[in-house]
Amino acid sequence: MTDIQIHIDSKTYPTAASPTIADLKLSLNSNEFICLVGPSGCGKTTLLNIIAGLDNDYDGEILVGQQHTHPKIGYIFQNPRLLPWRTVRENIELALDGNQSPDVIDELLVAMQLTASQHSYPERLSLGMSRRVAIIRAFAVDPEVLLMDEPFVSLDAPTARQVRGLLLKLWQQRPHTVLFVTHDLREAIALADRLIFLSAAPMQVVSEIVVPIARNERDNELAIESFRQQLLANHPEIKQLL
Amino acid sequence: MNLKKLLPTLSLLAFLAIWQGLAVYLNSNTLPTPEVVARVFWQGCVSGQLPFHLGVTLLRLVVSFTIAMLLGCAIGIVLGRNKKLDAFFDNWLVIFLNVPALVTIILCYVWFGLVESAAILAVVINKLPNVIVTIREGTRTLDQDLLDMARCYRFGRRKTLVHVIWPQLHPFVMGATRSGLALIWKIILVVELLGRSNGMGYQLHLFFQLFDVASILAYTIAFVAVIQLIELMVLKPLDKKALRWRR
Repeated sequence: MTDIQIHIDSKTYPTAASPTIADLKLSLNSNEFICLVGPSGCGKTTLLNIIAGLDNDYDGEILVGQQHTHPKIGYIFQNPRLLPWRTVRENIELALDGNQSPDVIDELLVAMQLTASQHSYPERLSLGMSRRVAIIRAFAVDPEVLLMDEPFVSLDAPTARQVRGLLLKLWQQRPHTVLFVTHDLREAIALADRLIFLSAAPMQVVSEIVVPIARNERDNELAIESFRQQLLANHPEIKQLL
Repeated sequence: MNLKKLLPTLSLLAFLAIWQGLAVYLNSNTLPTPEVVARVFWQGCVSGQLPFHLGVTLLRLVVSFTIAMLLGCAIGIVLGRNKKLDAFFDNWLVIFLNVPALVTIILCYVWFGLVESAAILAVVINKLPNVIVTIREGTRTLDQDLLDMARCYRFGRRKTLVHVIWPQLHPFVMGATRSGLALIWKIILVVELLGRSNGMGYQLHLFFQLFDVASILAYTIAFVAVIQLIELMVLKPLDKKALRWRR
């Protein structure tokens, strides 16, 4: 896996007076789990769309290793974006380019506890199950960067916790570079190697903080909460971003 | 027995009864009884005349319908996805939508002669704008989120068309198909009446000159029955298969 450098000089929407993103530099280490935390509407989804190549109207560059190219992407959107007329398995297969073996899908279905539903249509799944299908699809393509845009935002707390746990377990089995957008600081601490706090209008990096909590301690809510208190006490500048 | 299931049959029987009553009451050559029409229908089948002319018309229907649907879907998708092309062609679409069918038929015959290809062309020109407009509206409603997903997972053109775009266009394609069958066969009859020496339209013209209402009704019933069969045997099963994912 290669490191990825993102440098966006500016991104301005045609109808907006001032840039949404200005002089933003991100450096993603290979297989690192990064959480982007910032106020809603600050341009996080725009940033992910630029990295995914869905938005090419910006000044800047993206470097994968030494090359100017768009990295191979697995994107978990805010809503699952499954094709309702294809089964769970077909939805995953369609994202593959034919080089991957079908065993990958079977393994991922087991990991996400969806083997029994693989031939169901998405309308018959619960929201939590649909999210898990979207996670499988993103992992199945073996991406250079996994983009996740608040993927648990509309789930109830127990379901979100369950899916988050499954995601972390899967990520530890199959390490990938992850950019995870959230505005929930507890969720960010539970998931990330590194937190990047972003400001609004224009979006810029306010601070970067490494999360020192060991991976096997991440389901310990006390440890998460005490780190959060400590973080807010030591970095007053991030309070206004939450 | 379920009354609801009997209702279609009952309404058909009521229609036949009223028809019979009127025909007996008027006792006129211009309104034969259902029994006379049935006999004419049977004679036409036995002599082979009715199946032959019906077959010729159906063949024209299939050919012109296929051309109009294929071209119309392709152009409709392109116009729905490309604003500049759409702006360029929009006026022409409205114009062709409103040119009377009779005018295009006459012009095609005058310019290209009384030949089969001119007949087919006239039908296609009449139907094409309808298909384009329907599919264009469908393409405008495509879900951008799913298209973005397909782009980011590098589906490519073919996969995107088959798995993302086409299923969303299904209701529009079925709408264009149903209205298309109804429209095309009405136009074909006029095309045949004006410039062909076989087919339903030609026969109907002949019966009109002879005031042979029984034959006119027998041919009409045969054609309507065939269209009903297409609906039941082809379109309904297609709908069922394409929408099996719905709860």
